[in-house]
Order: sequence, then C-alpha cells, then structure tokens
Amino acid sequence: MSMLTLVARLARRDLRHRRAEAFLLLIAIAATTTTLTLGLAVRGVADRPWDRTRAATAGPDAVATGDRAASLTPLAHAPGVTASAGPYPALSAALGVRGIRVDASVQGRDTAPGAVDRPEVTAGSWARRGGAVIERAFAGALRVRPGEKITISGHRFRVAGIAVSAGRVPYPSSTPGLIWVTRADLRRIGAPTSQVMPLRLADPAAAPAFAAAHRGVRSWQDMGAYATAELHLVDSALLTGTWALALLGVACVAVLVGGRLADQTRRVGLLKAVGASPRFVAVVLLAEHVLLALAATAVGLLAGRAAAPLLVRPSSGLLPAGSPHLTVASALVVALVAVAVAGAATVYPAIRGARTSTVRALSGPTRAPRRSPWLIALSARLPVPFLLGVRVAARRPRRVILATASLALTVAMVVAAIALHGDIARKDARLAGPGFVPGADNPVTEQVSQVVLALTVALLALAAVNAVLIAWATSLDTQRFTSLARALGATPRQVTAGLSAAQLLPALGASLLGVPLGLAVYYAARTAGGAAGSILIPYARLPLVVPGTLLVVAALTALPIRVVCRRPVARVLAAD
Amino acid sequence: MTVLRAVRLRKEYGRDAGLVRAVDEVDLEVRPGETVAVVGPSGCGKSTLLHLLGGLERPTGGEVHLDGRRLDRMSETQLSGVRRKSLGFVFQAFHLVDELTARENVELPALLAGVPSRTARRRASALLERVGLADRAGHLPAALSGGQRQRVAVARALIGRPLVVLADEPTGNLDSAATAAVLRLFGSLRAEGQTLVIVTHDSRIAATADRVITMRDGALAGETRLNGGGGGLGALAGLESS
Repeated sequence: MSMLTLVARLARRDLRHRRAEAFLLLIAIAATTTTLTLGLAVRGVADRPWDRTRAATAGPDAVATGDRAASLTPLAHAPGVTASAGPYPALSAALGVRGIRVDASVQGRDTAPGAVDRPEVTAGSWARRGGAVIERAFAGALRVRPGEKITISGHRFRVAGIAVSAGRVPYPSSTPGLIWVTRADLRRIGAPTSQVMPLRLADPAAAPAFAAAHRGVRSWQDMGAYATAELHLVDSALLTGTWALALLGVACVAVLVGGRLADQTRRVGLLKAVGASPRFVAVVLLAEHVLLALAATAVGLLAGRAAAPLLVRPSSGLLPAGSPHLTVASALVVALVAVAVAGAATVYPAIRGARTSTVRALSGPTRAPRRSPWLIALSARLPVPFLLGVRVAARRPRRVILATASLALTVAMVVAAIALHGDIARKDARLAGPGFVPGADNPVTEQVSQVVLALTVALLALAAVNAVLIAWATSLDTQRFTSLARALGATPRQVTAGLSAAQLLPALGASLLGVPLGLAVYYAARTAGGAAGSILIPYARLPLVVPGTLLVVAALTALPIRVVCRRPVARVLAAD
Repeated sequence: MTVLRAVRLRKEYGRDAGLVRAVDEVDLEVRPGETVAVVGPSGCGKSTLLHLLGGLERPTGGEVHLDGRRLDRMSETQLSGVRRKSLGFVFQAFHLVDELTARENVELPALLAGVPSRTARRRASALLERVGLADRAGHLPAALSGGQRQRVAVARALIGRPLVVLADEPTGNLDSAATAAVLRLFGSLRAEGQTLVIVTHDSRIAATADRVITMRDGALAGETRLNGGGGGLGALAGLESS
C-alpha cells in the first residue's frame, strides 16, 4: 500500500468515526466560505447600476436647477461645459391614480431626445400629447403600467411609458417622484416653478468642483451616492457580517479542535507507537482537515453564488448591472482561506502530537486545568451551583475567553441589527408625507433589512453551534470533576446548574460587552456607508438583549450538559 | 444492629446472551465500628458491590439499607444527600481535583454540604494534621507522592463525619512505604470506631479488618472473621473461617 493510500485511508476512517464533529467542523468552515464568497462576489457591484444607467441614458455630469431659464442658459457656455440640454420647465403637482394622491415633480420635455439626459424607456413609449412617462421606481411604488389613466393636478393623462434616467436620483431616495410630459402639456398643467438643465462636462471627474463653483448645480457623483445608497449599505453590512461570521467560524473550529485534543493526542500516540513518524502523523491530520476544507469551499462557493443576486438588487430606478459573478481568483481565495482555517486547526494537535512522547500521548493526558486561587477562594463562599460554575469556568480560562468573545461578537451584531432595524423603522415612519406613495414599501430600506436579517440569522445559527460546542466541550472536559462532585454529595441538579452557570457567566459578560460594541459597530458601519441624517436607535429595547442572551444560552447549552451529566458516576470515575 | 445492609443485592449488565451478572444475590451486614474487607480476583464484582453500597450505581435487584434507610429506592437527589452526610469514599485513583490544593480538596465535600467556608477550612486543616500532612496543605496533588495523595483522599472522605467510609483498592496504586502509611491510617480509624468497608487485593489491608469477605463471579464465596480484629500482618495467621 502506498503512503498516499494509507494517509487517505486513515483520514477517511477518522472522519467517518467522528461524523458529528466532522459535520460541525464542515458547517463552521462553510459559514465562513459562504460569506467570504458573498463578499467577494458583491464587492464593487454597488456602483455598476448607476454607471450603466448613466451610459445608457447619456446621463449628465452635472444638473443645474434654477427659478428661471435665463439664469441657467449662461451655464451652457461656462468653461468646462461641452454640451447641455433644456432648460426644461418643471413644477410640483398632485398625481392621482386609483384613488391614491401623491406629490410629483413634473418636467416638460421635447418629444425628440436632447443631447444630454435621454431617459431610457423600459416599457411603453416616450411622452406625447396627453401621455406621461413615469420614472420607473416611482411607477413601481404606484404600481402603474403603460395605458393606465392618471390625473396630474386634475388634468387627465394616460401613462405612455416608464423610463429610467440618470438625470435625477430615483424615487424614494429623491422625492417627490418624477414624471415627464411634453412642454405643451406642462403649460396646460400650470406655470413652471423651476427649470432644469442637464450638462455634459469635459472632465466628468471634475463635476464636484464644478458643482461647488456654481449655485444650484449637483454633480453626477453626488446623485450616484444617493441612487446607490442601499447597495453601499448592503456592501458595508456584508463586509461587517463577513468578518463577524469568519471570526465566529474560527472560534467554532478552535472549540472543536480543543474538544478533540485529548482524543487526537491519544491517536497520535497510537500511530507513533506503530512506527509512524511525527511528519506522517501531521500529514494524516492535515489530510483530514484539508478534505473538510475543500468540501466546505465547494459548499461556500455554491451557496454564496446562489445568494449573491438575492442580496444585490439595485433600485428599480436604475438599470441592472448583471448578476454578481465570481472569478477564478475569488474562488481560489475562498479555497485558500478554508484550507488556512483547517490548517490552523491541524497545526496545534500536530505539533503537540509530535512533541509528546509516545507513552504520554497513549495515556491521553488532557491539558492540566488552570488554577485560579482567588476564584477558588471566592467560590468557596458562594452557593453550590455557583461554586461549581466558577470553578468549572476557572479551569479553562482560554475557553471562557473564546466563549465570551464569540458571544460578545454575536450580541454586538444582533445589537447592530436591532439598531439598524429601529433606525430604519423610525425613519420609514417619518416618510409618510405628500411626496411618498401611501402604503408603498421603501425599497431602499427593505433591501438593507433583508440582507441584515439574512446575516443575523446566519450569525445566530453559527453562534448557536458555537455555544453548544463550548457547553459540550466543557461538560466533557469537566466530566471527572463533576462526577467526583456528585460522588462527594453534590446533587445532579446542583451539578447541572453549576455547568449552566459556567456557561452563563461568560454569557453575562458577553452580553454586557456586546451592547456597547454593537452600537459602536453600527455607528462605524453607518459612517463607512456614508449614511446621512441623525441616528434613531431604540435604546429602550437594548437592555433586553442581556436577559435574552442568558435565556438563549441556557436553553442551548441545557441539552449537552444534561447528556453528559446523565453518565453514571461510577463509570466515569472507574474510567480513570 | 447494622449500619449498612445488603439484601439479595444484584447488578446485571447487558441482556440475553450478553448478560453479565456483576453482583449476584449478595447478602451483607456491617455493624457500626466494624471494618470489613472485600477480597477476590479481578473482575469478581468487588468494586461494583462497593458502588452499589455507596449509591453510586443502582442495583438491578435487592436492597441496600444505610442506617435504616433504603438507598435502592432513593432518588438521585436523596442519594446525594446520603453521600454528603453519611458516606465517605476513597478511590484507588485518588480522584483529587488537580487544580485544588490538598486543603481545598479536603474541604470540598463540606462546601458542597453548605458548611461555611471558614468552618470547612478549619475542619480540613485539622484532618490534614491528623493524616500527617499539615505541612502539605497548600500543595497541589501533582506535588504530592501517591501515598500523600491517598491520605488527602482519606481526609476528604472523613470531613463529613460519615457513618461509613467505603474504600476501593486504597493501596492499589501505592508502593510499599506508602501502603504502610495508609495502613496505619486505616488502623487508627478502625481504632476510633469508624465503620470501614474496604475492597482490596492487598492481604495486609485485609488483615487489619474484623471480617474478610471473599467474592467470586459476583457472589459471596466465603467470609472470614479475624481474631482480635486486625493485628496487622501477623493476624493473617489467625484467620478463622465462618
């Protein structure tokens, strides 16, 4: 039998022998690879719909708005301006359709397209006498189609078409919504209250400077930022969520590896006893984890690729920029990260196995528990469940730190999600005004909420796996101690409560730490996403996160603790 | 009058063809202050019998009475109370908590019983002095020899002032010198009237007992009462079959 076959056989057997652990490890790494895939697929997609819409509609580099046409026309000859259109007269009017009344901004346009800002009709036809064209996002909120009857300030119109434009930020990022009619029809509706003139600049990159130099001028970059705000927010949420999920995934792997350490050490001892070199042992361990990492990479790439288009939907006021796609380089990055995570899981047991003498490894020594004299002294004064809980927790401070960190991270992300949700809900409530379509959803906030919900669910699922794993590892690790406590007179309930307390103490710390951390994450993500306006966070709800976390951790950890506590005392002690 | 009594005690593992009867219809009575040694070949059910007597395992059939109370009918919580107040255990593998010092190990059962920490500490110190380890009270188990660890375990078994101390192969992991020290300790306990049930392979330990019970294939194979109750090694010569 070749060495490679032997390695493959040993790796496969061990994975089959520990299916549940292998499966959990697969989930932990797959969660990381999925979010990484999403992050890589979505990266840079945010600006594409705006760019494509600008290209398809001869989008202006700057848009000037003024009271009178005469005040705008000199801009057509301003230095740096190469082309212009209009000025187009505009007014605010009341739009009526199927009993709905909402304010609209109506522009008078020529029937022939201008040199700059030529809205692309996506349904129906362009404005004609008695026929209005409605901006696509606005039409979506109104649920109108070409041919439908509408009124503008009491004048009857038919919807001639639906179009997209880069000359104005789509509804509802900009209100009121936009309607194009012919110049003649606009005069019929009323006297124009403003004029709009799209401009083409010699240097589009200099548009912000041009806008700053001229009153009432807005650059395409500024409009783009508003038009793609939801995609940028999705980008920030995904970036933050990916990091959080990746860190949790690594925490899961660390707990699993720690939990398996004693077994692994014994197995290493066995392999060494039959003549395997330390290098061979390391290769077997690595092979196991690389197999899992590759499987997790496949799962992550498929899941991430399938989920990416669902997470990146530009405003319907913009042209779609095609599905997010994955390059070979991105796939390689995902595979490398998965292998690195799995490799990190292998290094410690491999080094430990190589360094430990065969006899010692065979006797399967677990790491000696830590001694914390002050905690032992303190716990002696506590009721029995807390005495046991503090002592159990104090035995493995690194595991407590890991549990606290991973829970704090989860709590922080949940708090950030609550803050975002509350912020959005309050702002949505404020959006009830004459410029907003009554009863229509806000597609901007809706999409961000969906992405955050998906990330939060993934995060909670991974955190739940992590909490169960930590409780399982702690219960197994302290099995001898808890059995001894029972032999010395502790009741099963005291022992169970003690193990629960060992989980709840870090959970308490994590939830107290997670609340301010979550708020900080939200403020940072909001600032990074360039969100404007005041923050409206539901602070009154946040303290509920602490008891909520404790309840969830208690419920999740109850099962592994009970399973381990049910093992007969005599059998556990006899096993030594 | 008996302090500990087993009636037709039975413990079975497995079923059908794989059925193993670890303890088979054992009747046993232990009087207050008596030292009973249980001997027999490996796998004959000695340790299982001790676990059944201490409520660490539940019997398949039969009865266990401790101070007039039936252990086999008690809930786990009630059994915990009995172990806390009426029983002390000494294990072959010592089973000391690695990260606790000798004194902290000894005071642990008292803390589990709700004894105030100061009182528990005082009692633990006194017991360590009694087993000759006062100067080792602050040492971790890893810093103690096998014999010292077992003496700490004996002190721990005594802190609840138990009616009966159950010891499972207390010298099984010890060298001769350490065995001698533990023997002396059991001798002094016996002299003080402490009831002891000791499972052992060690003839020297058995020789210190009032009675030696021999087990074979889970059942009692014989009982030997010793003249004068434990005269050390010399007493073996005076065995008296019942």
